[in-house]
Amino acid sequence: MSTQINPTNEANISRGTAMGTATYAAPSQTPDGTTEAAQRFVEIKIARRDNPDSAQRWETFRIPYRRNLNIISCLMEIRKNPVMANGERTTPPVWDMSCLEQVCGICTMVINGKVRQSCSALVDQLDQPITLQPMTKFPNVRDLAVDRSQMFDHLKRVHAWVEIDGTHDLGAGAKMSQEDVAERYAYSRCMTCGCCLEACPQYGGDNYIGPQAIAQVRLFNMHPTGKMTRDERLEALMQDDGIQNCGNSQNCVRVCPMSIPLTKAIYEENRETIIHGLFGWLKR
Amino acid sequence: MSSTNGIKIAIIGGGLAGLAAAMKIAEQGHTVELFSVVPVKRSHSVCAQGGINGAVNTKGEGDSTHEHFDDTVYGGDFLANQPPVKAMCEMAPAIIYLFDRMGVPFSRTKEGLLDFRRFGGTKHHRTAFAGASTGQQLLYALDEQVRRFEADGKVKKYEGWEMLSLVLDDHGVCRGLTAMNRHNLEVQVFPADAVIMATGGPGLIFGRSTNSMICTGSAVSACYQQGAHYANGEFIQVHPTSIPGEDKLRLMSESARGEGGRVWVPKQPKDKRAPKDIPENERWYFLEEKYPAYGNLVPRDIATREIFQVCLDGFGVAGENQVYLDLSHIPAETLDRKLGAILEIYEMFVGDDPRHVPMRIFPGVHYSMGGLWVDENQRTNIPGLLAAGECDYSIHGANRLGANSLVSCVYGGFIAAPAAIEYAKNVERNGAEGSNIYDAELNRQKEINDTLIKQQGTENQYLIHEEMGKIMTDNVTVVRYNDRLQATDNKLQELLDRFRHLSINDSNMWATQALPHARQLQNMLQLARVITLGALNRDESRGAHYKPDFPERDDENFQKTTIAEYSDEAPVLSYQAIDVSLIKPRKRDYSQNKAAKQDVPQEVKAQAAANGLPVKDGASQMVEQGWDADKPNTSNPAVWAQNKEKVNESVAGITPSSQEQGKSLEDAGGKSVKEY
Repeated sequence: MSTQINPTNEANISRGTAMGTATYAAPSQTPDGTTEAAQRFVEIKIARRDNPDSAQRWETFRIPYRRNLNIISCLMEIRKNPVMANGERTTPPVWDMSCLEQVCGICTMVINGKVRQSCSALVDQLDQPITLQPMTKFPNVRDLAVDRSQMFDHLKRVHAWVEIDGTHDLGAGAKMSQEDVAERYAYSRCMTCGCCLEACPQYGGDNYIGPQAIAQVRLFNMHPTGKMTRDERLEALMQDDGIQNCGNSQNCVRVCPMSIPLTKAIYEENRETIIHGLFGWLKR
Repeated sequence: MSSTNGIKIAIIGGGLAGLAAAMKIAEQGHTVELFSVVPVKRSHSVCAQGGINGAVNTKGEGDSTHEHFDDTVYGGDFLANQPPVKAMCEMAPAIIYLFDRMGVPFSRTKEGLLDFRRFGGTKHHRTAFAGASTGQQLLYALDEQVRRFEADGKVKKYEGWEMLSLVLDDHGVCRGLTAMNRHNLEVQVFPADAVIMATGGPGLIFGRSTNSMICTGSAVSACYQQGAHYANGEFIQVHPTSIPGEDKLRLMSESARGEGGRVWVPKQPKDKRAPKDIPENERWYFLEEKYPAYGNLVPRDIATREIFQVCLDGFGVAGENQVYLDLSHIPAETLDRKLGAILEIYEMFVGDDPRHVPMRIFPGVHYSMGGLWVDENQRTNIPGLLAAGECDYSIHGANRLGANSLVSCVYGGFIAAPAAIEYAKNVERNGAEGSNIYDAELNRQKEINDTLIKQQGTENQYLIHEEMGKIMTDNVTVVRYNDRLQATDNKLQELLDRFRHLSINDSNMWATQALPHARQLQNMLQLARVITLGALNRDESRGAHYKPDFPERDDENFQKTTIAEYSDEAPVLSYQAIDVSLIKPRKRDYSQNKAAKQDVPQEVKAQAAANGLPVKDGASQMVEQGWDADKPNTSNPAVWAQNKEKVNESVAGITPSSQEQGKSLEDAGGKSVKEY
């Protein structure tokens, strides 16, 4: 047995993945399926933009097909040697990526017309040519990269945190049932990817704060300590761009990659804000 | 912000360690400037799945912070300086309770208390978890608290900025940093009273790993090249269970093993049958067979080598390099509750449902135990520069136990913050502001960028990166041979040479990823040499570092920290003695029941009883002084000596003599490493 250890590459080969480049192929083994894979291609159309002020254009790329490719692998392949299908050389496409496990949210883009994370978009499950576009509800930085800082600003506005007295040791937190924890956990998985906002017909400009922030209000208003500052969060949802602007299209819950019950959050917080609007003044 | 009176501390990296430090510093009323290449909520900490360790003993198993300490040191194969490890384990329960208060949806027991699970390398239920996305949940809790301080103006975030270098004055004191805006490539200088590095691990040096694409180790390498000592670089943990993919290796958390996942291969090599058609008696549960006491819960390095060996011997599933990790005997409902997120990952990226079909897994580069050298207050050898989290070397020794990384990140941040404040209060500031050190460093960095942009060469940066990743993965991971390590270093030097003939592969400099990548690549190559030469020089096997030609641990020559210092020719290596005064080093053998060898918890209990203290749970055994105060009490030499004595006494009484313990691995039923 060769003493040369190469877990990653061998592992890939072992799953029948034909390796795309000579540098990745292990010389001692011939990957299964190389021959038929060599004849197939993946065709990808990318919406390019050089900078925020320039116009968008389409560029088409063609890369060799392998099993189990995701969009990220395709983009990496294109980036290495950015030549279009027509043989013309271009600049490497720019996109954001980090965890590639669909928990950081950064690689979100519009793939074949649907907003989703590119790391979990498998070529085998997509119709070709595959179209890649940046999200449209956020400023387009370059190519497929967008600036989603407005989502983080919304988290500030709705006070999406538990007001603790301090970080010194004050012992355990409040007891909670697993049932309540499970409901909070669902909201707490929001990775601020922006799919819900991209799909929401109401979101855009400054007219609606959107389901992401509303669900975070739900998350913190359910917490035994978070509840104590509930009213601040409700009031943040009662501004001009508040929860009342939801048009109930329910697109958000359909596109959420974390399956967060966004419409339930909107329903619950809508009820809370109405009650707060009617009776909140009595507390003062 | 006036830097003449208020303290300003720069933190590089917005993962758990960076945010933990930011929260502590802001809470003390000081100013934080937080730099991160991505929005901090998207840091690599989100990927940690399994949980966070803290000995709370809520299951009445006799667990204690001492037992956690012992497990960590033992799992780390006695390479860690013990005092900081002890301090971390003592702080761990309070860290978990703090996160509980901040609203982390930790899984609960029927009584509504925090639930704890078992993890690799321990026999206790010690790991708090939030579904199977604990890292994400912990990071979000800190992100929320830091956002609260940001809204108050205490924290200023520079997201989308990449640190390029430190600003050092003529005395080698760190006075700030330079960073580059990744949109317009503008380089700026940021004066600071102290800088805390919290940039995580260097997984991308290995090409594909379980790390996020931002884990380049680039900023740490920049510090190293400016004189910071890099310690134990050769200790790279390879995770036994990752899902192989073309863009990265996706982690299958060890919690799959912790929740009862069984690792097996068909007894008949190249068995073509579907896994569920293979009857029980034709399956080889090799971990359970070789390590009866720990079974599938042996620590990572052992699991990794065993899986490797089984595949090398031709027993891999379908004759290929993969083994089954089987959860299908566990009710789907239980799996969904405890491991939902990681099962989703497998399903999403492979297509099979692990609730019914055994997963196929293979080892992948996962964690760097090595990192910037720090003292017990997280201070590096450069005055004014601190480090915390995966990018420091201090806690995990030669191997990290599962669910210890999250706690070590937070601990590191919580120690670094007061240490940085203390330093900043006392540092002499006159001169630094007025001198031209800032301009000089700024110009140096701009020149590096300009050179790279103008340079017209034949080399492709992504191909160089691939070559580096391949040779490092081939030769500097699970099994290491000196001739191959030397060849690897030669190759790395060749790549560094070829790097000088690089042509940036983008002509549009707006928001380009090519220039930042090129700079990272150069830094990665330098750090790769540290890792490779550290491994070459360490002629022993210890923890994650395994050399078939030197299969035994060699305490006499190598129970020492490797220190790498930068020079233009090659890293200069030296060795530093470590503090093993608290727990006497003993052979690491997971084929035996560790508790039977060393029953310290009983002793701790007896002591507690003698002092009239109740031994209820972890909370009551925690250090009583505020652990978030200036320093942990352990850094006080007097307290140290006292503790040392106490622990030594208790250990000396029951630790078996070397003769009693001296049975070989084979005699003890373990697998001999010589078999390789």
